[in-house]
Amino acid sequence: MQKPHSREDLSYMVEMIGITKRFPGIVANDQISFAVRPGEIHALLGENGAGKSTLMSILTGLYRPDEGEIRLRGQQVHLQSPRDAVQRGIGMVHQHFKLVNSFTVAENILLGLQDGTGEVYQLHEINKKIEACSREYGLQLDPQAKIWQLSVGEQQRAEIIKLLYRGADLLILDEPTAVLTPQEATELYKTLRRMAELGKSVIVISHKLSEVLEHTDAITVLRSGRSVGTVATSGTSEQELTQMMVGRMLCPVLDKANVMPGKPVLTLENVTALGDRGLPALKEVTLTVNGGEILGIAGVAGNGQKELAEVIAGLRAIESGTKWINSVDHTGDTPQAAIHAGVSYIPEDRLGTGLVPNLNAVENILLKMYQKMPGWRINWSQAARDTTAIIKQHDIKIAHLDAPVKMLSGGNLQKLLLGREIFHHPELIVAMYPMRGLDIGAIETIRKLLLEVRAAGKGVLLISEELDELTCMADRIAVFHEGMVMGVVRPQEVTIETIGVMMAGKRMAVAMSGN
Amino acid sequence: MEVSPWIAILATGIVAGIPILLAALGEILAERAGVINLGVEGMMLIGAVVGFMVSLQSNSPWVGLIAAVLAGAMMALIHAFLTITLRANQVVSGLALTIFGTGLSGYLGKSFIGVPLTATFKPVPVPGLSQIPAIGPIFFNHDLLVYIAYGLVALLWFFLFRTRSGLELRAVGENPAAADAAGLNVFLIRYACVIAGGMFAGMAGAYLSLAYAPSWLENMTAGRGWIAVALVIFGVWNPTKAFLGSFFFGTIDVLGFHMQTLGIVVSSFFLKMLPYVFTIAVLIVATRETKTRRVAIPEALGVPYVREER
Repeated sequence: MQKPHSREDLSYMVEMIGITKRFPGIVANDQISFAVRPGEIHALLGENGAGKSTLMSILTGLYRPDEGEIRLRGQQVHLQSPRDAVQRGIGMVHQHFKLVNSFTVAENILLGLQDGTGEVYQLHEINKKIEACSREYGLQLDPQAKIWQLSVGEQQRAEIIKLLYRGADLLILDEPTAVLTPQEATELYKTLRRMAELGKSVIVISHKLSEVLEHTDAITVLRSGRSVGTVATSGTSEQELTQMMVGRMLCPVLDKANVMPGKPVLTLENVTALGDRGLPALKEVTLTVNGGEILGIAGVAGNGQKELAEVIAGLRAIESGTKWINSVDHTGDTPQAAIHAGVSYIPEDRLGTGLVPNLNAVENILLKMYQKMPGWRINWSQAARDTTAIIKQHDIKIAHLDAPVKMLSGGNLQKLLLGREIFHHPELIVAMYPMRGLDIGAIETIRKLLLEVRAAGKGVLLISEELDELTCMADRIAVFHEGMVMGVVRPQEVTIETIGVMMAGKRMAVAMSGN
Repeated sequence: MEVSPWIAILATGIVAGIPILLAALGEILAERAGVINLGVEGMMLIGAVVGFMVSLQSNSPWVGLIAAVLAGAMMALIHAFLTITLRANQVVSGLALTIFGTGLSGYLGKSFIGVPLTATFKPVPVPGLSQIPAIGPIFFNHDLLVYIAYGLVALLWFFLFRTRSGLELRAVGENPAAADAAGLNVFLIRYACVIAGGMFAGMAGAYLSLAYAPSWLENMTAGRGWIAVALVIFGVWNPTKAFLGSFFFGTIDVLGFHMQTLGIVVSSFFLKMLPYVFTIAVLIVATRETKTRRVAIPEALGVPYVREER
């Protein structure tokens, strides 16, 4: 581990020294120091709530630190506002892009720009300047395209060009690959590398270890508001980083009990269903989930996963084909009937489809329970008891039962949702991206819960984009491409590359033969 | 000068369209910045009564006009405070202001009903232009406010689509978070647009009581504020299209008076209904259009802006 800053070396783009920031009740940043050189891609790694966003909000002028100093190119600065930071060459690409959809790229770049040109603007001149700027950094983008016409990757490019056009030397990217396809992510890092070669500094906030290891020069790890240390990427490993992040070693091999697969819990036979646009989103899908088994669904997002989950949960009509649950035909099920048949659905948006944001924990638990209560009265005391039991069992951190659940953090929400579902002993859990956006601690809990369901002899259908996660969790993996099953593989028998080739649309036999 | 009945109809159509146009221009400003103002009708009424009263007192239509514009601004300030600062529901606030404006204007103007007004705006033909056959009498033989309205259409269009401030204003209505991130003051811009919108509405009201039908009648706007709101949608938030639309509505509005000169016998009640029937028809067509094609509904329209902080 190298010292984050040393006096004799003035060749840092930015140094943050002993930064402390307190919010009522918590210390978000506690004596954090770190420094970034010009030409360096520096990762800021940490779990949710480790203090990454607060630290970057200080660096972009949104918050003022309670203690500590910031040096920019060796000079101490007091950043007054985000605008001040931008003028000093610090720019940030937020996770949610700050772009006006109906404007062109050029108009977005022009917005709020203080370049001394007059009140009446000449778009064609700006277009030319933007083109020159994007050529220099190898960022291909048509300045006259409207934002809504662009892919997410292109929109991100627009954000980056916006910063470069304002003369940013230090670019901060918050979870930049969260919304990108693997190809777009590779492309992004190529661009970032090129900017680094031209002398810029890049800070990437991330919690994707593999990506950070592959593409950055140095990594600073934060844990609960403190800096654990800065390491050179070339001299570290996934194990070491994980340990730094969570403060304890995560067992890479999951504690997966040997469970004999039981009878099929769910069988889909040649199921075809339409997507939201009225086009077939599932085409002749045939698959089986057995009791005591986790079936993983791999695929690039938007290849029929959502429709698959909705068909099983009874939320989407089946055009043709049959759905069997525990060997009973449930093809035409309503969501209610699917629930009664023992299907439990963990949707992608836990706060919306999964839980009602403005209702409290008890009311949310009650939603799945009140129909089973005898008579017409709601038994509130029983609901409160059950809620308390669920909260205790899964160690959910909740201030009080009456608070709307939208106040909970992502991990606690997911635990509450999964806890509610498991409480009713489902036959099958359909979980869509259940670990997305959670920190490592919460991911571990969710994994454990799903494995417990499996150990109890029930079925789990796990939809995920993270192949690492699927290969360590699932017993079998069905690979989806354009609404079709490309094949079902056992993770220990194939490589991740093979699954990747299948995700791109090659059938299993072709993928295995290595073509 | 011999005037054909059609030219007369179109010429009065322009004039009848002016109050709707002025109100619609104000509404475009407010909605482009993301705030729906359904208080236009009430603001027009306040503008009309205040304009009339002040004009009567000062014996100058211009002083009356300025008073009407300020009265509209005051009404809009209430709307801005409620919807931008307190983040109240924009529709509810607007409706309340219309009801309030209707009541207040009726109360203020009670003793002025039927009072004749001498200080009014009178037609001033534009030298040269008014001599052009057909075009001249239709467009250039009116009072000064009509020409000012023409100028405002062009000015507003240029402002919205060619200047930085216009770009910033539109950004605030489309994505206030992005505008905020770009260093713009979302609240200030929205306040300015809503208040400017109220000024336009006040001016529209004054046009009715000082130029179009120089007098005060209770509820004399007769739903023109609502037509203006519809006109904004019809004109896809574009001042030039709103001008065409106001011409169209104005013409339908005056068609009733002219039916008799054309020798067509229709119930006057039926004719009075026409502009509103057209409003509904236009809304159906326009909203279908906006749904199928991707046109300019400001994305953040009706949504209060809350800065994300923790």
